[in-house]
Amino acid sequence: MASRKARHEALTGWLFALPFTVVFIIVFVAPIIESVRAAFHKQVAEGGGLFGGGRMVEKFVGLQNFQEVCTNPAFWHGIGRVMLFGVFQIPIMILAALFLALVIDSYLVRHPGFWRLSYFLPYAIPGLVAAIMWTYLYLPEISPFAGHLSFSLLSSHVILGSMANMTTWTFTGYNMLIFLAALQAVPSELYEAARIDGASGWQIMTKIKIPMVRGAALLAVLLSIIGTVQLFNEPTVLATVATWMPRDYTPMMMAYNTMNGNISPSGAGPASAVSIMMALVAGVLAMIYALVQRKAD
Amino acid sequence: MAHDKTAVTKDGIRYRPSLAGLPPRSIAPSKTARTITQVILAFVACYFLLPIVWLLIASTKNNTDLVSTPGFAFGEFNWAANWHSLMAWTKGMFLRWVLNSLLYSTVAGVVGTFISVACGYAMAKFQFPGRRVLLVVIMTGLLMPVALLTVPLYLLFIKMHLVNTVWAMIIPSMVSPFGVFLGNVYADSSVPTELLEAARIDGAGEFRIFSTMVLRLLAPAMVTIFLFIFVATWNNFLLPLMMITNESLQPVTQGLYGMMSYFAPDKGAVMLASVIGVIPLVVLFLILQRYWQSGLAAGAVKG
Repeated sequence: MASRKARHEALTGWLFALPFTVVFIIVFVAPIIESVRAAFHKQVAEGGGLFGGGRMVEKFVGLQNFQEVCTNPAFWHGIGRVMLFGVFQIPIMILAALFLALVIDSYLVRHPGFWRLSYFLPYAIPGLVAAIMWTYLYLPEISPFAGHLSFSLLSSHVILGSMANMTTWTFTGYNMLIFLAALQAVPSELYEAARIDGASGWQIMTKIKIPMVRGAALLAVLLSIIGTVQLFNEPTVLATVATWMPRDYTPMMMAYNTMNGNISPSGAGPASAVSIMMALVAGVLAMIYALVQRKAD
Repeated sequence: MAHDKTAVTKDGIRYRPSLAGLPPRSIAPSKTARTITQVILAFVACYFLLPIVWLLIASTKNNTDLVSTPGFAFGEFNWAANWHSLMAWTKGMFLRWVLNSLLYSTVAGVVGTFISVACGYAMAKFQFPGRRVLLVVIMTGLLMPVALLTVPLYLLFIKMHLVNTVWAMIIPSMVSPFGVFLGNVYADSSVPTELLEAARIDGAGEFRIFSTMVLRLLAPAMVTIFLFIFVATWNNFLLPLMMITNESLQPVTQGLYGMMSYFAPDKGAVMLASVIGVIPLVVLFLILQRYWQSGLAAGAVKG
């Protein structure tokens, strides 16, 4: 009897989990397997004359695609750019988000809902529209402020900063909300108890509130690192006006343009190799951060 | 001090009442501190809001006015002209793109919400072999760089003959590990096991229990998940760029990029199109404010 009940439970559980599991396998698991397979192959012409003419077949090439990515300076320049971008942008964004959350959660503010919404609104703007808007805001001819600057916001020395501004604008409010949510989960009796024990507002903030949002901060930084390695929308839109930008400016642009045959070597094999290398770099960076963070605790 | 207004009790004792919306006097911050805070917050709000205001104003201008009038001043009001230019330029396709985005986001949102809630519910309330593995794999998916899956997904979809179909947009957008996570957390805390057992004793089938009771209990989580999938689908740009070349299947982001990368674009029309592409999302966010806030809360506390 008991085993029949258990069997019924197992069956029902799987039936409910099945639809998602199937789509998850199609969208997450199978592509990973397919890209690993593709990364070890290359499209080559078979037979035909000296000048081609044969049909394209897939040939196993071992680690050649990976070797080409790893020895390609353009790939490492791209990685270097997104890392430089992240080293400045992520701390600024996270600290700003934390600061805004602490202020809104304090006794200093009377209409928290209003401020919360104004800071979050940029997140409701699609990333691509935000990129288009800021690109026009950087164009000296039509921008209300770019024309007054002594340097161009679209030049090669400045453009990483311009891009960092776009992402900061979009995601600060989102991260702030995550911190606010974590802060609101703190029972207010804790603050009252601290008050009675004679803690100042500053002490409550540094000794109770900031430690309480550690978990949220860790997650926010990890997601930001992973997002930064995949930087694509902003540079792609900026490249429509900053025509000097190469097609492999960021690793994700490189993967896309490799797949589409805009840069050489191109095709499924090399593009998969670029994607896998990027995933590895993102994973390693995220892991290093998580380990350093754990050691610091 | 001027702001120290006093009041009198019924028995004639003078006292300083607390200000509305502020904590008791003993721990309330000074007026100076509050004023400084308001000023700082207002400056920050300008940074976040002025670009949106500028976009709205710019969408009313033509190319000449964009260059000749100050950024935050209105020139001639050219919405109608920009609209006509937009329609002529995209050969009437622009509205089609907006509708495509609505279709993709809605279908992916609705189906995605149901399958993730069902999966989260299963993992919270049923013991089945493979449950732990499934949980770990899906949670890894939470940290998976999604854009990196797009190239391999494209390779796979070529083989499945799904490239350049609506499925190429809808299937990948339906999958939300975050949705499963949230559904799992919610089902764990707000679907009492006793209730399920009582219904079983009364002879209700599992599917009936799920569709009549569980879904109702999970409604707040479902609105949040729907919103997240809807927004992510609407905002996706790399996916359609890889998957869709057929103009009549493009979503609004891809259409906008196409206009943007056009040689000498009509900038006023691009900005009007951007504004139109934003409106559905802003409206959705404002209507569902309560839900996305609680959804983020659940994610942040558990995370």
